[in-house]
Amino acid sequence: MTGRLARSLILWVLLLLVPFWLPMVGGYTALASRILVYALCAMGLNLLLGFTGMMSFGQAAYFGLGGYGAGLVLVHLSGSSWLAVLAGTVLGGAAAFLLGPVVMRRRGIYFAMITVAVGQIFFFVAERWDSLTGGEDGLTGFSRQPLHFGGYVLPLSDVPFYYFVLFFFALAAGVMALVLRSPLGHSFVAIRENRRRAAFLGIHVERYVWAAFAFAGLIGGLAGALNALQNNFVSPENLYWVESGNFVIIAVLGGMRSFWGPLIGSIIFIGIQDYVSSLFPNNWESLIGVLFIIVVLFFPNGILGIIRRRAGLA
Amino acid sequence: MELVLFDAFNGLIQGTFYALMALGLSLIISLNSVINFAHGGFMVIGAYLAFTLAPYIGFWGALFAGPILAGLLGILVERVLVRRLYGRADPIYSLLLTFGLALIIENSVRSIWGAQGQPFRIPAGLDSPVSSVYFFLTGYRVFVMAAIALAAASLFAFLRFSRFGLRIRAGILDLETVSALGVNVYLLRAVNFAIGIALAGFAGVLAAGVLQLSPTMGNDVIMATFVAIVVGGIGSLLGSVLGGLIIGLAAGVTAAYYPVASDVVIYVIMAFVLIVRPRGLLGQEGLFE
Repeated sequence: MTGRLARSLILWVLLLLVPFWLPMVGGYTALASRILVYALCAMGLNLLLGFTGMMSFGQAAYFGLGGYGAGLVLVHLSGSSWLAVLAGTVLGGAAAFLLGPVVMRRRGIYFAMITVAVGQIFFFVAERWDSLTGGEDGLTGFSRQPLHFGGYVLPLSDVPFYYFVLFFFALAAGVMALVLRSPLGHSFVAIRENRRRAAFLGIHVERYVWAAFAFAGLIGGLAGALNALQNNFVSPENLYWVESGNFVIIAVLGGMRSFWGPLIGSIIFIGIQDYVSSLFPNNWESLIGVLFIIVVLFFPNGILGIIRRRAGLA
Repeated sequence: MELVLFDAFNGLIQGTFYALMALGLSLIISLNSVINFAHGGFMVIGAYLAFTLAPYIGFWGALFAGPILAGLLGILVERVLVRRLYGRADPIYSLLLTFGLALIIENSVRSIWGAQGQPFRIPAGLDSPVSSVYFFLTGYRVFVMAAIALAAASLFAFLRFSRFGLRIRAGILDLETVSALGVNVYLLRAVNFAIGIALAGFAGVLAAGVLQLSPTMGNDVIMATFVAIVVGGIGSLLGSVLGGLIIGLAAGVTAAYYPVASDVVIYVIMAFVLIVRPRGLLGQEGLFE
């Protein structure tokens, strides 16, 4: 137990000190913000994928909706970055909550297909509704706004923005950890392990799948809003099924049975994407594809899965 | 009225492509238990191979060489990669592996043939309209529909009357028993995968004459193909043909009345089917849950 406490302490200290040590090893702070954003979205997805055992292939829908929510607030309503994040989160969560009853009865590959279908509907709406979303060109014309604390104004340049993201990351990770330790979270795992038995024990399986789905959407919306602020831009590609595949691979790569797996996955995935796309601007997608195949063939339990197995054997 | 007919016919053409793609994908899902995200990629490969070969062996030679080469590539992929997934129950791994494969294929096609679209020449006799009133009814389009119908019919005949086809159908029902009866199921699955891929390649060559060749032409088709399969019923070959035709036609008719929604309507249909009749039109209950 103390080992676990020490490990999470190390993790948080490392995360807090990113702007100091990352440039020394050749990274840059904005990269760390992007890693956290993708990790957050994949952690939300992992509530479904890893903990409830529901193969969702449509997480990008809520990520994208969060982005459009945040962007549209900044364009039309208010200059508050807080409000933008809140709007994106609420939009992502509300959409997933409303769609929950549509998807919650399906299982296995049907669940994957219906989540993809719903995501694609959002994608085409965003792509075609030019006047609101900017269509294929994406939503532009906004930028993240300075934060106001009483009289003090904090401009969100790279480093402060990293802490802005880290704040929400920590908040969401804390809430997710609490949920997973609560009876609600244990019910998720019970459904994953044996859906029928869970039902016999009196768990309303569908209702819990709904809850996990809505929660995953809420976290996805938050991550999407932060992503919009990071790029000052929202693209319909954020909603496309390829992006959903990226979130799934991030979760699987790190280890979908573990809480921090998606963070590890995101460090590797976004790190490689950033590094490889600068080295091979024309072929990096192939290399990402090779990464997918290597993960599936050799690391089906993810990086943390391997580490755990090693630790268990030792 | 002619405009509606025009759009509906366009939709039907699209639908026949979806049907052919869905047929191959269904075959692979049923016997290889793999959801092949790279199916659109193999379609693109078939199209580009035909594009490259056509100047040397002519359109008709390429029409057959493209799919056959794609099928051989399919055997290679099955032997090297897909085979390793057979023991795994969780479908997520097959999704991810073929997803990676799709990325590699798209990227490779782009580096080999270029990101720009390429025109594909069809035989001179086929590109003139067959009717002066219905100008959209070109010879090539009629030919495409006939060719796809013939391919689908041959596949059904092959599965019904040939020894190998019977074994594939038996393997879909109970692979373990078929294996116990002394059939080489490794070969069976490899050939089955190749047939599915060859059908995708065939669709690609035909599509090259209607659409323009581009490295991403498979991306939208693969999603529509999934939709066709879900609508028709996962595991049902006839259902996937039906599903393909229905969504193609629906997209075409929607394009006539409300063009903005023509892309989205197939997903709406799929969501509706999954809510009302989750197994699809002709699917069995409880499969792949």
